[in-house]
Amino acid sequence: MRKIRKIIEKIVEGILTLSGMATTLIILLIIVFLFKEGFGFFKSPVVEKGYEVCLNSSNTVDKLSSYQIKQIFDEDITNWKEVGGADAPITPYRFEYLFEQYDEADFGEEYKLLPAKIAEIIKADPNIIAFMPTKYVPQDLSIRTLPRENFGFVDFFFGKEWMPTATPTAQFGILPLILGTLLVSITAILIALPLGLGVAIYLSELASKRVRKILKPVIELLAGIPSVVYGFFGLVVLVPLVQDWFNLPVGETAFTGSLLLAIMALPTIITVAEDSMRNTPRAMREASLALGATQWQTIYKVIIPYAKSGISAAVVLGIGRAIGETMAVLMVTGNAAVMPTTLFEPIRSIPATIAAELGEAPSGGAHYEALFLLGCILFFLTLIISISAEVISKRHPQN
Amino acid sequence: MIKTEDINFYYGDFQAIKNISMEIEPNTVTAFIGPSGCGKSTFLRLFNRMNDLIDGTRLTGNFIIDGQNIYDKSVQVDELRKNIGMVFQKPNPFPKSIFENVAYGLRVNGNNNKKFLEERVEEALKSTALWDEVKDKLKKSAFELSGGQQQRLCIARALAVSPSILLMDEPTSALDPISTSKIEELIFKLKQDYTIVIVTHNMQQAARISDKTGFFMLGELVEYADTKKLFTNPAKTETQNYITGRFG
Repeated sequence: MRKIRKIIEKIVEGILTLSGMATTLIILLIIVFLFKEGFGFFKSPVVEKGYEVCLNSSNTVDKLSSYQIKQIFDEDITNWKEVGGADAPITPYRFEYLFEQYDEADFGEEYKLLPAKIAEIIKADPNIIAFMPTKYVPQDLSIRTLPRENFGFVDFFFGKEWMPTATPTAQFGILPLILGTLLVSITAILIALPLGLGVAIYLSELASKRVRKILKPVIELLAGIPSVVYGFFGLVVLVPLVQDWFNLPVGETAFTGSLLLAIMALPTIITVAEDSMRNTPRAMREASLALGATQWQTIYKVIIPYAKSGISAAVVLGIGRAIGETMAVLMVTGNAAVMPTTLFEPIRSIPATIAAELGEAPSGGAHYEALFLLGCILFFLTLIISISAEVISKRHPQN
Repeated sequence: MIKTEDINFYYGDFQAIKNISMEIEPNTVTAFIGPSGCGKSTFLRLFNRMNDLIDGTRLTGNFIIDGQNIYDKSVQVDELRKNIGMVFQKPNPFPKSIFENVAYGLRVNGNNNKKFLEERVEEALKSTALWDEVKDKLKKSAFELSGGQQQRLCIARALAVSPSILLMDEPTSALDPISTSKIEELIFKLKQDYTIVIVTHNMQQAARISDKTGFFMLGELVEYADTKKLFTNPAKTETQNYITGRFG
């Protein structure tokens, strides 16, 4: 009998160890996968596969970043001088222009004459920059294709434009997304912190037992509501409200997102802060009151200092919740990937970008990989936050 | 002068204190003894209305300190507590520096004059014989002190606001014998300036330091007499049984 029990215990032990290891392994694999996919981005070319940027051979420019190419085609850069070439105006030429310039019959059967036409156009203008499908690029000495560049770190982290489907070159500058995320999250915390702290103080120090008994479970329930439902609430209630209050053209702004995130982060902040305040030893409270301190003096001179680490943990957890939140932000912030200048403009956050665009991004393409890289960045942001939460909540007051 | 008249006290339906009437003279040490759960600590906590913090408690009778019923509606509890210091069973310094611990009561009274605070802190620490031990580390955390030092710090903290009554709820039960004897010496010395009421589990301690002793059992004050008389010639058999160690 004892032998059988021992064997069973060993087996159970083995299963538990195995499941623990499997879980760890899966998490590690997910992270590795995320990074593997993400870092492929820096190996993908600026100009999409199947297309070339062609120049006249007399042009000496042989390096253009994706942002420069975009600016040229947007006619923000109009002289070769600005990108290190000769002093001459740039003529951007898109593939579509061919069909305006010529009749489709001119290109012959199955577009056999197309490369010749392209060669003709490029030869005619030494200042031309043409964006063409690779299969129609003519083999001609007077025509040069721009060497393939890959996306760079600087363009990615400090680029100010996120236009993943722009032609000829997609723009993957994540600065507006990072700033949008931080702006919404930090504003949310600034709104939620005083409110949450107030409610926590009320619940832990002032509320009667009966009120607390009802209120606390209700607040904890709020933490469990799916974020889509919050998003609906935001869309239907907050968006028109913000539009009205501040007299804005649209109500879908960073501020609306902050407001909604603040509401969503409140339960976390309240619960964690309240727990730490209630954990202030009764002896501390009594010592303070016995010295003739009023209840308020006791709260701000003893209880809040004592609960400081718990309150900081509440803040950090609230930020963590806000930064990673996807659906609610997606629904109320307007999703414009622009550099945020005020709180009352639409912004777009990192998680919302991933959720909205992953479905449209072709697997393995630069866009797809850029989204994974965004995931990595989000992972690091939340990692930093959880580590600081851990460190802060472990730091016991003065012990 | 403390006088209680027919005090009854209830935690919800449970009556913890039954009909206690007693008088305590100024500048004396009064000890409360009795078995665990007899109500002696509860009774002590009535002196500075500490039991107000507990939900669902009720009190009847008159609790008079210096001619005023402290449970009267007109009494400001925080003002009352400034006059009645309390030392708890376990040393409970604040997570602040030694200096700030002693200065706390003064600060909540609105005294922030640095010089005044320094004087009073030094005075309070000297009266608890702690000054020489801590004068070089006033800025250090109070948690760095030993248990006995912490308890003397808590006494200094209570004395700094210059109360007239000092309540002590088993102040030495968590301390070693040497710290205990230091605190007993201190109590003896403080008697000149304060009215001290001390709850203790230790009968020898009560016999050593108190002028009068009250013996509590099941919420009643069984016997209240001069300490010498109570320990040598108790009037009640319950007292006799308790002090000779037959129960408790």
